[in-house]
Amino acid sequence: MEKRNLTCVVCPLGCAITAEVEGDNILNISGATCKRGEAYARTELTDPRRMLTTTMRVKGAGLVPVKSSAALPKSLLLPSMEVINAASAEGPVRPGDVLIADILGTGVDIVATDQS
Amino acid sequence: MKADVVVVGAGPAGLAAAIAAKENGAVDVVIIDREARPGGILRQCIHNGFGLHVFGEELTGPEYAARFIDRANALGVRFLTETMVLNISPDRVVTAVGPATGLINIEAGAVVLAMGCRERSAGALMIPGSRPSGVLTAGTAQRFVNIEGYMPGHEVVILGSGDIGLIMARRMTLEGAHVKMVLELMPYSGGLTRNIVQCLDDFGIPLKLSHTVTRLHGRRRLTGVTIASVDKSVVPIKETEEFVPCDTLLLSVGLIPENELSCDAGVEIDPVTNGPVVDSRLQTSVPGIFACGNVVQVHDLVDFVTEEATRAGRAAAQFLREKSTRRGWKATAGRGVRYVVPQTLCGDGEDKTLFFRVNGIYRNCVTVARCGDKVVARRKRPICAPGEMERLTIKGADICGDITVMVEGG
Repeated sequence: MEKRNLTCVVCPLGCAITAEVEGDNILNISGATCKRGEAYARTELTDPRRMLTTTMRVKGAGLVPVKSSAALPKSLLLPSMEVINAASAEGPVRPGDVLIADILGTGVDIVATDQS
Repeated sequence: MKADVVVVGAGPAGLAAAIAAKENGAVDVVIIDREARPGGILRQCIHNGFGLHVFGEELTGPEYAARFIDRANALGVRFLTETMVLNISPDRVVTAVGPATGLINIEAGAVVLAMGCRERSAGALMIPGSRPSGVLTAGTAQRFVNIEGYMPGHEVVILGSGDIGLIMARRMTLEGAHVKMVLELMPYSGGLTRNIVQCLDDFGIPLKLSHTVTRLHGRRRLTGVTIASVDKSVVPIKETEEFVPCDTLLLSVGLIPENELSCDAGVEIDPVTNGPVVDSRLQTSVPGIFACGNVVQVHDLVDFVTEEATRAGRAAAQFLREKSTRRGWKATAGRGVRYVVPQTLCGDGEDKTLFFRVNGIYRNCVTVARCGDKVVARRKRPICAPGEMERLTIKGADICGDITVMVEGG
């Protein structure tokens, strides 16, 4: 059995979580103060994911801030950045507009978080 | 020109204060801001993590701001943007100038100070060496990247591990820069643990604790920095000096509440927080002038700014009716505590929440508020660090004298 120490990044509390793992099996998770923290620990051990926030060009109107509609696999953060930086949206953009659908086949959209 | 409440600053504090003032009966509420759009520094904080306490969900900065801007507009709060407040007099005449209005004087029933804070800059650090371009605060870099849309450099060293520095380490990395390291003078980070994980660890960026920059190199553009580790009294150790080539040095070395206007208005400033001395209704030493948000004390989370500002806005509306300048008991910092806000507790019988920061790392300790010998609030803490604001709530009925907040054990 191996002990893994994680810091939850779900919210600013940053709970210190301890997970007991044996191979691919998670035996026990302790230290999380909410359900979301426990779920975070499970994905962190098997398929780590992160929200992506960045900016995207809008034709003739500078930049608009964007976010991923859900957390992306950690290994796809930099590849996603390349897709976003190569694209430019048609303005005007409203908050909530989907600017890139299903980025890199993840099922996650890139969504505007402000107006252009 | 007259107004019931004039709010200075349209960031998170100003927006929440204006909304609360409106909701509590103030009729004519004006927010003045020097930027073209309201939202303050939230506009450039495009990352997520805002709103978990207030809305129960994680929003980006612009999304968090939009909720309040929409609400303020719906309530009929008046925005004076691209307008700069030049002076606030002790009898609450606000002088401002802007392209839409020219020079104006507004006689305010109550004033809410919500100017926020600014970053400590390179000049304040007095790092030896040359003065090339490429040395800038993390917040300035954030504005360049997120709003103006250009990268300030490629090979980056960050001095200071405050949250803005950590956030910018990730942001610059995502945009293709090579962030070589984050240096922190203290033996602990000033930022949230989760930001160390998701902004540094995720990208393999080393955090060097007890390290600082001892020299800047380069004539026109920064070509590198000399770094060194520091001893227990934070003095650089000469033998550990090392040259690190880079073209950019970002500084995340502290925030200073922006109180020039407060001082001109005659508001008393706390020498530790660098913000106005306030009572539990956020009233400053000048009757009818209230203060909230980072102008009072530098907060960790915008959610706490919103809460504080909501109380300030409500109190400002109340002042229009009652003109109360109730003063009460003092709240002071005891062992292990650097400061306590509010510094005065109104004798109004309401429960009081005290916000404070500890002066070092304490493990397995208890934070305690005492009224004389009596413990009126206590909280067990597995760890307390200066980077994370602490709070204690005291029942109104238990406050019968001055309060001291301290750390016990640890």
